[in-house]
Amino acid sequence: MQFMLLFSRQGKLRLQKWYVPLSDVQKKKISREVIQMVLARKPKMCSFLEWRDLKIVYKRYASLYFCCAVEDQENELITLEIIHRYVELLDKYFGSVCELDIIFNFEKAYYILDEFILGGEAQETSKKNVLKAIEQADMLQEEAETPRSVLEEIGLT
Amino acid sequence: MPAVSKGDGMRGLAVFISDIRNCKSKEAEIKRINKELANIRSKFKGDKALDGYSKKKYVCKLLFIFLLGHDIDFGHMEAVNLLSSNKYTEKQIGYLFISVLVNSNSELIRLINNAIKNDLSSRNPTFMCLALHCIANVGSREMAEAFAGEIPRILVAGDTMDSVKQSAALCLLRLYKTSPDLVLMGEWTSRVVHLLNDQHMGVVTAAISLITCLSQKNPDEFKTCVSLAVSRLSRIVSSASTDLQDYTYYFVPAPWLSCKLLRLLQCYPPPEDGAVKGRLVECLETILNKAQEPPKSKKVQHSNAKNAILFEAISLIIHYDSEPNLLVRACNQLGQFLQHRETNLRYLALESMCTLASSEFSHEAVKTHIETVINALKTERDVSVRQRAADLLYAMCDRSNAKQIVAEMLSYLETADYSIREEMVLKVAILAEKYAVDYSWYVDTILNLIRIAGDYVSEEVWYRVIQIVINRDDVQGYAAKTVFEALQAPACHENMVKVGGYILGEFGNLIAGDPRSSPLVQFNLLHSKFHLCSVPTRALLLSAYIKFINLFPETKSTIQEVLRSDSQIRNSDVELQQRAVEYLKLSSIASTDVLATVLEEMPPFPERESSILAKLKKKKGPGAVSVNELEEGKREGELNGGGERGDNSGISASNASTPSPSADLLGLRTVPPVSAAAPSAGSLLVDVFSEAGVNDDGFLRDMEPPTESSDSLLAEGSGDSDSAPPSAVSEDPAPPLPESNELLNKFVCKNNGVLFENQLLQIGIKSEYRQNLGRMYLFYGNKTSVQFVTFTTTVTCPGELQSQLNVQTKIVEPLIEGGAQVQQVINIECLTDFLDAPLLNIKFRYGGALQNLTLKLPVTINKFFQPTEMASHDFFQRWKQLSQPQQEAQKIFKANHAMDTEVLKAKLLGLGMALLENVDPNPENFVCAGVIQTKAQQVGSLLRLEPNAQAQMYRLTLRSSKDTVSQRLCELLAEQF
Repeated sequence: MQFMLLFSRQGKLRLQKWYVPLSDVQKKKISREVIQMVLARKPKMCSFLEWRDLKIVYKRYASLYFCCAVEDQENELITLEIIHRYVELLDKYFGSVCELDIIFNFEKAYYILDEFILGGEAQETSKKNVLKAIEQADMLQEEAETPRSVLEEIGLT
Repeated sequence: MPAVSKGDGMRGLAVFISDIRNCKSKEAEIKRINKELANIRSKFKGDKALDGYSKKKYVCKLLFIFLLGHDIDFGHMEAVNLLSSNKYTEKQIGYLFISVLVNSNSELIRLINNAIKNDLSSRNPTFMCLALHCIANVGSREMAEAFAGEIPRILVAGDTMDSVKQSAALCLLRLYKTSPDLVLMGEWTSRVVHLLNDQHMGVVTAAISLITCLSQKNPDEFKTCVSLAVSRLSRIVSSASTDLQDYTYYFVPAPWLSCKLLRLLQCYPPPEDGAVKGRLVECLETILNKAQEPPKSKKVQHSNAKNAILFEAISLIIHYDSEPNLLVRACNQLGQFLQHRETNLRYLALESMCTLASSEFSHEAVKTHIETVINALKTERDVSVRQRAADLLYAMCDRSNAKQIVAEMLSYLETADYSIREEMVLKVAILAEKYAVDYSWYVDTILNLIRIAGDYVSEEVWYRVIQIVINRDDVQGYAAKTVFEALQAPACHENMVKVGGYILGEFGNLIAGDPRSSPLVQFNLLHSKFHLCSVPTRALLLSAYIKFINLFPETKSTIQEVLRSDSQIRNSDVELQQRAVEYLKLSSIASTDVLATVLEEMPPFPERESSILAKLKKKKGPGAVSVNELEEGKREGELNGGGERGDNSGISASNASTPSPSADLLGLRTVPPVSAAAPSAGSLLVDVFSEAGVNDDGFLRDMEPPTESSDSLLAEGSGDSDSAPPSAVSEDPAPPLPESNELLNKFVCKNNGVLFENQLLQIGIKSEYRQNLGRMYLFYGNKTSVQFVTFTTTVTCPGELQSQLNVQTKIVEPLIEGGAQVQQVINIECLTDFLDAPLLNIKFRYGGALQNLTLKLPVTINKFFQPTEMASHDFFQRWKQLSQPQQEAQKIFKANHAMDTEVLKAKLLGLGMALLENVDPNPENFVCAGVIQTKAQQVGSLLRLEPNAQAQMYRLTLRSSKDTVSQRLCELLAEQF
């Protein structure tokens, strides 16, 4: 897999993961192009698109589009299920996940993705094992820190 | 309001995100962000040391801002500091920031590497995984240098936790992709392969991606993976749907791993071991069988996972291409999918069938689905599915169904999406040509293409129809009649006018007998389109008109009147004006004979691969460009077209001024292959008065696909043949044959003929030169009934020649069937004058025996002559100017052949110089003049040949502005007479 993008129906990018080295300018250009292309698709159309020398595999879940770019010889259907498994992982972790969860806890969305896919290849496809790894990490967090005032939190003090 | 805030929520972050979301406008958002950036910057710069939590929070905010699409130019150092925190979440944010924001050439990489090194050696699996994830995410060369040695050890160590192994495997894969030279498996190879046997499915899943990638690069070292992969696959395929616990996905056992195993097997040929192969075939059969079983779940995930395995299995079956039974079963299965209600499955079935169509075992089976596919082309609502259907029709087309498929594609073209029209047009054009039994059908098809989708008919397509009509006289009359009829339509596409103009200009005479298409009617019809056309088309039409004057003298006065009109002869476009002036002059001063010679019918084109096919390959080729880039290319093309408009039409003005007898007049034959920049309009003007018809090869040049691109295509296509069996290559090339000098001499005065022949092989040659460029076609004919294998040819320029000639060869097919002939194109550029000839080495195996022979390629300096006409006075003036002793070379020698004047003349003409009549006071003598064109300089040369019939001797004198050239020419020529 070369990259994965999550974006909203309005075309707002919610998560981007790149597995090939690209400059920021290229990344922006590619995201724009792919988002535009996928948003133009109608429901019931097939989930695969040829784009440059890659294949775009996408699926919409509620307000979010999940979209992967894979090499030409990759298996489209299994990529579609990669997306689904990721959605399941998010869902299980956040408890019926919605777009807002991913916006406010974007770092968690990245951690989960890294446990599931690494370097563009599936690392661990068992839902249990991925979640176990994430939960272990969550356990490692330090004891609750001293509560801070709201003002301090937003950086006004 | 923030939704769930799992883990350790950073309240400040949540508030900030809410603020951003509440911004009503982009401006407000930017304002809020700038405020936050200022705040963070002051915190980072402040005197008060920040605690880990604050640092983490601010780094996370910066990350969020970056992900919104804003630039971040600080905070990297703070993120690096977080890496060495003992607190997991701080470390985690630090790594995340670095994974997302640090590019590979960052100066911080040393610090980052240090932190990673610490975590890798911490023996804390969670920290180790974080560090490995970071390496896999950044994947820079510096990281490869630092860790490529360490990670394989972690991967295979007995005490490494499974989760760490998984990360290590994929981390290594990423490093291998960026820096393959640094990742050396060596001693680890067999232990890595044996990870396929690991008890932990997750470890196998991760490791197999690494193994597949390594196998692709070093298949031999990893080939033991085949039997391991087969047994693993077999265990999964035969397991019950619950055996694999959490690795079962919607009742499908380990779908990801299964797909990856099947993909790994595609790196290898079918297993040689009978038992392994039997087991694998069994697996494939089971997978095919399962497709027929009722689904265990109605969920789409179930069918997707199951079919993912099925498609991967079919890919493997196609890859093996050796099991007819499986191939046909695969085809039938795909046939069922063609009518499935899931669009995705229909799409994939069409795609997969495309590859099945090219297998001899399944081609017929694929063809039985033609009606379904045609139906898909007509009724699918999704353009990408229709595109696949069109691809499949193209792939399944053969002589038996070509007419049907072409007709369907043509009718689809009328409503086809704009995005795929150009490609459709190319495909129709190729099929029509490839499967044409009678060429009238071909002509009809292409004219239909222009009618239906004229805008999408690229130059290659209409050039090709002209090439074919010119080469096949049985279709010329029909073509003339058909274009004539097509031009009757009130609104014609400009491409139709081009084809019409060209064909009527060549073959209008074939239909002139019919009063309805008499010469004048034809002319008026063409001319009625003239004012609607662009400059290149008008230029082409003007050329057609001058051809009319030759074909039909009765149209002369009408056409001259048109040419004479101000709108032509004073046209603001230089090219049009020039043509009008020159054609008018030509038609009024040239005698009928001269006119007939100059405007002779086009000679046949050399047979070659269709340029359309090259174009389609280019479109489809690896690394194919995006639609955008294609459009850019197209625009660029138009601009170029504007610049070299003169090149678009058949006849060049400059021919008119100097009909040099040796060049083919209409410039159809020559293609300067490595042609420099297109001549500008300015240089065209100059050329009218010079001998060098820069643009008289224009038409064909346009017909050729751009040389560079066709080169690269070829190079890619025959990459394998390049690395032909080492046994053949390692043999040193044989020394040149003793007779090779003699063979070379045979070609000094001629360009075509048989270069070499023995009992096995015949080498024919056809060459063309223009300016300092040449193109040579070598035809290697196998005279035996046994195939030649590992056929390779190399052209070398020994010694100095390397810097004097630039020779590019295209690779030839490594296999020549008995009785077959293959062609090789060689492009030659003369950089400066030279003495030796390039060496052509040919190696091949005939019945196991290596044949190795070396010849001289008949490229001699005189090939680059441009003839120069001059009057007697000028000749002797120049002769005197070249009077320094070293500028002259002279030889007196005995005649080797009969001293027949006509033969001598023909030879001198073949030499490439202009043969000057009435220059030498002694009519028995011959004098010639020419300029040798090299990239570095031009060398003017004069020649005088004085025969003495009584003594049967010649005296040959050459004078050139360069002494070496005089010498060389003298040597070459002394052998000729």
